[in-house]
Amino acid sequence: MPDPPHVRLVNDVAAQFQHRPPDEAAESIANHLRSFWDPRMRAALLAHVQAGGPGLDPLAVRAAGLLGTRTG
Amino acid sequence: MSLLKEPDFGTPARPGEATVALNVDGVPVTVPPGTSVLRAAKHAGIDIPKLCATDSMEAFGSCRLCVVEIDGAKGTPASCTTPVSDGMVVRTQTEKVARLRRGVMELYISDHPLDCLTCSANGDCELQDMAGVTGLREVRYGSGVDAGANHLDAPTDSSNPYFDFDASKCIVCSRCVRACDEVQGTLALTIDGRGFDSKVAAGADVPFMDSDCVSCGACVQACPTATLQEKSVVELGMPTRSVITTCAYCGVGCSFKAELRGDELVRMVPYKDGGANEGHSCVKGRFAFGYATHPDRVLEPMIRDSIADEWRAVSWDEAIGFTARRLREIQAEHGPGSIGGITSSRCTNEEVYVVQKMVRAAFGNNNVDTCARVCHSPTGYGLKQTFGTSAGTQDFRSVAEADVIVVIGANPTDGHPVFASRMKRRLREGAALIVIDPRRIDLVRTPHIEAAHHLALAPGTNVAVVNALAHVVVTEGLADTEFVAGRCEGFEEWAAFIAGPEHSPEAVAEITGVSAEELRAAARLYAGARNGAIYYGLGVTEHSQGSTMVMGMANLAMATGNIGRDGVGVNPLRGQNNVQGSCDMGSFPHELPGYRHVSDESVRDIYSQLWGVPIGEEPGLRIPNMFDAALDGSFRALYVQGEDIAQSDPNSRHVHAALAAMDLVVVQDLFLNETAKFAHVLLPGTSFLEKDGTFTNAERRINRVRPVMAARTGKQEWQIVAEIAQAMGYPMHYDSAAQIMDEVALTTPTFAGVSFAHLDEVGSVQWPCNDAAPDGTPIMHVDGFTRGRGRFVQTTYVPTRERSTRRFPLILTTGRILSQYNVGAQTRRTANVAWHPEDVLDLHPHDAEVRGINEGDTVTLSSRVGETSLRAVITDRMPVGVCYTTFHHPVTGANVVTTENSDWATNCPEYKVTAVQVSLAVAPTTRAAAADQVPVAGA
Repeated sequence: MPDPPHVRLVNDVAAQFQHRPPDEAAESIANHLRSFWDPRMRAALLAHVQAGGPGLDPLAVRAAGLLGTRTG
Repeated sequence: MSLLKEPDFGTPARPGEATVALNVDGVPVTVPPGTSVLRAAKHAGIDIPKLCATDSMEAFGSCRLCVVEIDGAKGTPASCTTPVSDGMVVRTQTEKVARLRRGVMELYISDHPLDCLTCSANGDCELQDMAGVTGLREVRYGSGVDAGANHLDAPTDSSNPYFDFDASKCIVCSRCVRACDEVQGTLALTIDGRGFDSKVAAGADVPFMDSDCVSCGACVQACPTATLQEKSVVELGMPTRSVITTCAYCGVGCSFKAELRGDELVRMVPYKDGGANEGHSCVKGRFAFGYATHPDRVLEPMIRDSIADEWRAVSWDEAIGFTARRLREIQAEHGPGSIGGITSSRCTNEEVYVVQKMVRAAFGNNNVDTCARVCHSPTGYGLKQTFGTSAGTQDFRSVAEADVIVVIGANPTDGHPVFASRMKRRLREGAALIVIDPRRIDLVRTPHIEAAHHLALAPGTNVAVVNALAHVVVTEGLADTEFVAGRCEGFEEWAAFIAGPEHSPEAVAEITGVSAEELRAAARLYAGARNGAIYYGLGVTEHSQGSTMVMGMANLAMATGNIGRDGVGVNPLRGQNNVQGSCDMGSFPHELPGYRHVSDESVRDIYSQLWGVPIGEEPGLRIPNMFDAALDGSFRALYVQGEDIAQSDPNSRHVHAALAAMDLVVVQDLFLNETAKFAHVLLPGTSFLEKDGTFTNAERRINRVRPVMAARTGKQEWQIVAEIAQAMGYPMHYDSAAQIMDEVALTTPTFAGVSFAHLDEVGSVQWPCNDAAPDGTPIMHVDGFTRGRGRFVQTTYVPTRERSTRRFPLILTTGRILSQYNVGAQTRRTANVAWHPEDVLDLHPHDAEVRGINEGDTVTLSSRVGETSLRAVITDRMPVGVCYTTFHHPVTGANVVTTENSDWATNCPEYKVTAVQVSLAVAPTTRAAAADQVPVAGA
C-alpha cells in the first residue's frame, strides 16, 4: 500500500533538511508547507499525525506540530 | 500592410563607435572600423549591386557585381570584402564598373533558365533585380542551350517536405552553403566540384532529406534565386503582405514575418529585427504551421453530460452557460475549493492572466497552476531563493561574450535550435564548452565544435556534481572573493559546508560516474574564465532535487562572480513558448502576478480593490495535488487551458483516473486531445496565427503576437474566459487584449512600462520594464540582486528514491527532439512527421545485446507503474544502463511508465529518472487500445 500523497510529499521535504539541526529543520519544513501547500493538504497531514503518523519522517511530525503557528 | 522587405546591408555590422569617415559618390558617411565599403554605401543610401553578399553572413567576394572604384586604389575591388578607411573616396557608378557588372550578369544569365514569367521567384529574385539594375540588355553568348555547355538540365531535389532545390537555377553564389555554416552552424552543404562543374551539394551529394540538413530554412532564406524555394510559394505564389508576429513553439520566441496572399498564409520568414532570433529560424517555426488549418481543428464548442456520451456541438452561449452552471453547482455541493484551473504556456500572457483572474476572482480560490509546474517550476523556486526572482539573467545575445559555456541538462540543438546556433557560433570562435548530461548530445562533438569536458553523470546525481564543482572552486581558492564580499550573503557558512570532504570530486565519483580528475578540470575551466555562462534545461529541473540543483548552479555562478554582465549568468532554456510569461502572469497557486506571494496582504489588496473581491491568502492546489484531491473526492472540476495533461503529465494511469473521477473537465484547445477524452466541455481555441497578445520568451523578452487571420472559432480565448466568469456572476469584461496588458502593467511593478503601443513602437522589451528601466532589462542583477544580496543556499545532495533494481535495472530519461514539440499536438499535424513518425527508445549497444534486442525491434518498456511498447534504436550516445525516449506520440504514451516522484520543493515531476526494464516484445503492447478504454465515472 503506497503512502498517501501528503505523507510522501512531506517526507520528500523533510529529507532535504536532515542535515540541519532538528529545531531549525522542523521550522523550515513547516514554513515550506505554509508557503506552498493547500490548507486541505496540511489538514490531511495533521489528521495523519493525530492518527499516529505511520510512515512519517520524524522531522515531518515535528514540523506538523508547528503548523498552528506562523513564523518567517 | 504590404510585403515587408528588411534592408540588406550586404555585410554584417561591426561593433564599436562610428569613427571612420569616408565619401561614397559624394555622400559623406561615418561607420565603425572594419565595416565594408558595401555596407558603408548602404548607410549612405547607395545600393551597390550584389549577389553573393548579404548581411547575415561574412563577405565572400565571389560574384564580382559589387566592384567599385576607390581613389588611389588600383583596379576595381569588391566592395563587400574591402574595409573602409578614413578619408576613402568611393565611386560606385562609373562606366568602368558598369561595364564589368554587365559582363558578369551576361555570364550568369547565359546559364540560367529564362522562365522568369513562370518562375516561382518572379518578383522576388535578386538575379532578376540585378539584371535590371546593371542595365543588361543583351547576352552575347546566347542563352540556354544556345550558349553551349550549361546546367539547365540539372535535376530538382524535392525530397524535403518544405522546400525544393532546383539546381538548374543555381548561380553557385555559395550563400546557401555559407548560411548553413555561419548562421545555422550545421555545415550540411558544400560546393562540390571545381570550375564549371561546381555545384551545391547536400552532404556527400545526397538528397537533402538524406543529408545532415536540419531544415532550418537558412539556405532558403539566403538563396537569391528560385533555386531553394518553399514548396508553398511554388504552389500558392508569391505573398503580397506581411504581419510580424512571434513563433508559438519553444521558449526562444523567434520573431517571424507571416507572409500572406490575401488571407492565405504562404510562408513564415524569420524577422531580421527580432531580438531573440535576428533573422534565423528552425524547422518548426519556419515551416510547421500547417496544424493551424488542419482538418482536425475543432471550430465549434461541444458539450456532453457524461464522458461516455457522444459530443454535441452547441452555440457559444450554450457552452459558456453550461460550463458556468456546472462550476457553480459543483461549488455549491462540494465547496468553493472544489474547482480550479490550469493555464497554458502555449497561450498568450493576456489569455493566461484572465484564467488566473477567473480562478481567483470568480472561482474564489487559488487553485490555479500552469503547465510550467511540470517543467520549470524549480527554476522559479531556486532563482527566487538565491537571486530574488524567477528569471534567466541574460539576453540571448550575451552568449557571444561567453568564454566558457556550461550546458547542463539541456540539448539546445534539438530543444532550442535557434539559440543553439548563436551558441555554436561562439563555440566556433573559440569559447570552451562543458556539457553535463548523461547522453552524448550533439553539442558534445559536432562540426567544428568539441566539448572540452563531457561530464556524463548518472541520472539523478546533478546536485552531487554541482556541489563537487563548487567544492573545487572553494577549496582551490578560485572563488571571486571581491564579488562575493560586495554582492552576496551567506558565503562563509556555505563555503564551510561545500568544502566538506563529502563534496569532493573524489568522494562523489562513485555515485556520479564522473571521474574526479575531469570534474576538477571542468571546475577550473569555468572558474578561470573571463566570462562563464551556465545554460540549463529540464535535465536540471525534472528531478527530485530540481530546485536544489537550480540553487546549486546559482551558488556556483555567484561564487565565481559570473553574474551581472554580458557573457555570464544562469539561464534557463524554457521549454514552451510562453513558460516565462505564464509564470509571470500569476499562474502559480501561491503567487499573484509578478511572483508575489498570496500571503502578502499589500499585494492582495491591489487585486482585491481592483477586482472587487477578496483574494485568498492561502496557496491553492498544484497540478499533481489536484489529481490527488480528485481521487480523494475534494476536487471535482478542472478548467484546462491549452494543455494535454493526459499525455504530458507523469504516471498516465494516475492522471487518467483523476480526470475520470471529476464531475466536470473543461478543455480549451485546438484539437480533441487526449485530455478531451475525459472532458465534458470542449471550448475551441485559437492558433497563434489568430491570437492578439504577447508571449514572453526565456530571456524575459515580451514580444507581440499579432493576428494573421481572423479567429476561426469566432472568439478570442480571453473572451471565452471573461464570458464564463460573467456567466458565473463575476463581472469581467475587456474590449481588447491590449486592455488586459494594461491591467497587468497597472498591477505588476516589473511590467509597469509595458503596453501594446510601446511594444509596437520598440519591437520588444525585456522585463523589468518600468520607470527605472523604460527600455527594459537585457541583463539582470547588474548592480545588485533583485533581493538585494545574492544568497548562498546549502544544497545537500539527497539521492532520489527511484533506484534501479533487479526487476527494473535500467534508468529511463525522457525529452524531446528537433522536429517535434511537446505532446506533438501541433507538429504531428504537419509534415514534420517525416522526421519522427513515432517515438523510439534509444538504448546502449550493451544493454541491447544482453537482451537480444536488435535495431528496430519492438520492445516493451516497463516500470513499476505501467508499460508501453516502441521500437528500439541502438546508439552509443546512451551510457550503459540508461535509455531515452520522447513523449511526442500518444500511441506510445511514454508517460505511462513515468512515476509520481517529484521535486521536493515544487512537485515538478521527476521525468528524468524512472527505473525500467526493456525486453523484446512478444507482440505490441496494448497502450493504444488502453487509451481508448477511458474509465467512465464522474458523469
